[in-house]
Amino acid sequence: MAKNWWKAIAVILVLFALIGGLLIDVPRLPILNETIRNLFYHVTMWFAMMILMTASVVYSIKYLRSGKELDDAKAKIAAEIGLFLGVLGIVTGSIWAKFTWGAYWINDPKLNGAAVTILAYFAYMILRNSFDDEEKRAKISAVYNIFAYVLLIVFLMILPRMTDSLHPGNGGNPAFSQYDLDNTMRIIFYPAIIGWTLIGVWLGELKLRLHKLRIKKLEDEL
Amino acid sequence: MNFKRTAILALILSLFSAVSVRAQQGVEMADVMRSEGKIYIVVAVIAIIFIGIVIYMISLDRKLSKLEKELRD
Repeated sequence: MAKNWWKAIAVILVLFALIGGLLIDVPRLPILNETIRNLFYHVTMWFAMMILMTASVVYSIKYLRSGKELDDAKAKIAAEIGLFLGVLGIVTGSIWAKFTWGAYWINDPKLNGAAVTILAYFAYMILRNSFDDEEKRAKISAVYNIFAYVLLIVFLMILPRMTDSLHPGNGGNPAFSQYDLDNTMRIIFYPAIIGWTLIGVWLGELKLRLHKLRIKKLEDEL
Repeated sequence: MNFKRTAILALILSLFSAVSVRAQQGVEMADVMRSEGKIYIVVAVIAIIFIGIVIYMISLDRKLSKLEKELRD
């Protein structure tokens, strides 16, 4: 039980963000109105996704150095949870776009970049499934994972900032200085990122333990 | 431990008490819903759903622990 303290923190932080995000005072801005609160929910999905993808690429590099099967499994699981959060992020973003920009999807560098990133990670999953040989699968997908992470950085962080984008935080369209006049939103926003990331790690831990059990069972049968 | 708990509680309470002060009108917000207290119904629903999912995750976690123990023995 003592090693599960971080799960309790995850639950407390997310609960705090869910409740506080609805109750605190937010800046009154035209067009956004109350939907500004989506910052606490939609944006945190992406931040948690990026943190998990970073963990994934770290494990992939670790695998390439160590050759341990467990590192490859960790990389895969982190990417799976990250992809799940990314899909939630893109769907929620689309709903938010409908109410602020008037369409579910617009041809915007940030949105298309997000779509490319999601597709790159779906490709990672498909690539993994296309190998029978375990070692080959682990090696090639680890190399691909590094490539996918570079795509994520380029398409989510760099390219949208170099052109004009409707999405806040890009091309002279800042996120925080625009929304967050008095910094009150950060009080919810940062705990929400940590909380959702930890929930993602918890889900990943469950998957990893299941994976280990499966391996152990296979070994016992031999 | 006790100090920590009080500090966290105080932080949460101070946050929620800042809620009621609402100046600077003009942009349309859901003020009526808030003044009628209906927002708390939404908050309760969301909180219960999340707590439900967490309870489910905890039970999964426990089941896995049990299996791990069985396989170790």
